[in-house]
Amino acid sequence: MTEPLVRVDDVARTYHSRRGLFGRAVEVAAVDGVSFTLGRGETLGIVGESGSGKSTTGRLVLGLEPSDRGTVAFDGAALPKGGTPDWRRLRARMQMIFQDPLGALDRRLPIGEQIREPLDIHDIGDTASRVARVADLLDRVGLTRNHGRRYPHELSGGQRQRAVLARALATTPDFLVCDEPISALDVSIQAQVVNLLVDLQAEFGLAMLFVSHDLRVVRQVSRRVAVMYLGRIVEEGSADDLFASPVHPYTRALVSAAPTPGRRLTDRIVLQGDPPDPADRPSGCAFHPRCPVAEARCRIETPRLVDVGGGRRAACLPVSGDATSTREAA
Amino acid sequence: MASASPLIRLEGLSVSFDGVRVLHGVDLDIGRGGTLGLVGESGSGKSVTWLAALGLLPGKARIEGRALLDGEDLIAASDRRLDAVRGGRIAMIFQDPASALNPVLTIRRQIGEALALHRGLSGRAVGAEAKRLLDLVGIPDAERRLSAYPHEFSGGQNQRVMIAMALAGQPDLLVADEPTTALDVTIQAQILDLLDSVRRETGMALVLISHDLGVVSQTCDRVAVMYAGRIVEEGPSSRLFADPAHPYTRGLIGALPPLDGSRRRLVSIAGTVPDPRDPPPGCAFAPRCLHSDRRCTGDVPQIEPIEADRRMACVLAVHRRSEIAARAGREHTTAETVAP
Repeated sequence: MTEPLVRVDDVARTYHSRRGLFGRAVEVAAVDGVSFTLGRGETLGIVGESGSGKSTTGRLVLGLEPSDRGTVAFDGAALPKGGTPDWRRLRARMQMIFQDPLGALDRRLPIGEQIREPLDIHDIGDTASRVARVADLLDRVGLTRNHGRRYPHELSGGQRQRAVLARALATTPDFLVCDEPISALDVSIQAQVVNLLVDLQAEFGLAMLFVSHDLRVVRQVSRRVAVMYLGRIVEEGSADDLFASPVHPYTRALVSAAPTPGRRLTDRIVLQGDPPDPADRPSGCAFHPRCPVAEARCRIETPRLVDVGGGRRAACLPVSGDATSTREAA
Repeated sequence: MASASPLIRLEGLSVSFDGVRVLHGVDLDIGRGGTLGLVGESGSGKSVTWLAALGLLPGKARIEGRALLDGEDLIAASDRRLDAVRGGRIAMIFQDPASALNPVLTIRRQIGEALALHRGLSGRAVGAEAKRLLDLVGIPDAERRLSAYPHEFSGGQNQRVMIAMALAGQPDLLVADEPTTALDVTIQAQILDLLDSVRRETGMALVLISHDLGVVSQTCDRVAVMYAGRIVEEGPSSRLFADPAHPYTRGLIGALPPLDGSRRRLVSIAGTVPDPRDPPPGCAFAPRCLHSDRRCTGDVPQIEPIEADRRMACVLAVHRRSEIAARAGREHTTAETVAP
């Protein structure tokens, strides 16, 4: 097998926060030992609820935040430290888009100039070729040259996200991290942007890390999906299989809770209790207080992500059975 | 339309801000104990409809039409009368429970206020009833939690508290405006379950406003789809989702990625929602519609019955619904390959 474009090995990130004015400092493990690989042109979706660490994972992979342990390798070499000249150079090949396009754009500049900015920063091409490139990028994301002369507030939400996408693609990156890129858009506009992402991904041969709470959208754009809960991946597999036959009890609840038009509230798994507090992580398997199939040992033993067959990995003691009888995942 | 005497009937409800009309003659009936989902994108008028009916819009809003609660017109009612209706016979909850609750008062005080105002309870009866309500909405350890402040609850629990407060006045109708939008999927499922069980227990009617078709279809018997300030389609949710009639409803359902079966390219709706200050002539959806022709830019289509219990506002579809369905089938042959 060829070397994957992105190899993430056991990354972790702990924040220190204070509870109340005189409270004790508490450690919050936002990401706690996440590993995955991503091949060229491949899309990995990360789903999870708030506090699952899915956004932090995206930031760690890009080096926007330092990892407390573990390593990230990009194109066979360790990712340079964030902020260094080497890292900045590499950033032309790794881009990111966020949920709020208005926040990501400069309100005082026409969007055409903002799409050109990465070309200036990374010193790509001469003036004439940069102008041509901007026109081409606008066209690729379904905007006109006329849009390029407008300011962010003169565009609709969907058009702004297209502009952000054009800017991210300006340096022809190999890798794009999308963090909830369509969550702020109206339903009819979401479909436009999802189709555009899928088209561009194929056209540019982009590897994508697609982070979202929306199972449907993740399935639509991803080949593989990882489900995160409290800073860890609890299940990973092909997008089609994973949603069709989830094995981890948390994934099963997530899939069953996803609303489907025309389907009434029947035989759904409704999880009891609130999502746990990352600052007060339950012992053993973090999901055990809400889990319908939890056993006594789930409170003590922390399950590892192991191969459960069919290209699927899951971190659940009742699912994987006796840990010694299952093959450890690479 | 529902039975002869609906609990609430909206008649030609229209709203303008500074001469710009954002709601165009909405007609809607909700029967006692009925459930209606109101679906639409931002700016479609789904929230404004109920804010107008309950007199909650700012003074500069111009409201026409009637909102009849058991025959009494709320649009013409005095502020005093509305104060008694709001939180009493009709309660409303919103997307963001944390900002709807008072951060410096205990939950007991806030629920107690509603109980004193609308039920005339006082003294020990308030505490007992407040505890019963918290039990009803599934807050564990209700007795102790009554002394807690909103920041001590999670987002999902705060929404439960809001529902408890809404139930304090024993309403005949609860209007829930995007009640689960700010919540995680697993918590959303809990709140929808709760709304459904509370409704069954109390017999109140429920209007659920949401941009999410799935959320609405899980909880509501009837659905009305709004676009640019008008209801474009209304009917029983099972039939509306199985066989959507209006091109906009078809578009919304086609825009939703499937969770199972084969993957297909999403059927997106081109363009954007029209600016209410500069509406297109005729049908507001015509510029984005796959089936529009000359007739669509003439008069605005009125909402008319298309079969028993279903209404739609579309010039083409009223007369040629089968043809549209056939044409849509040809255009999106790939779209129809989704496994059931």
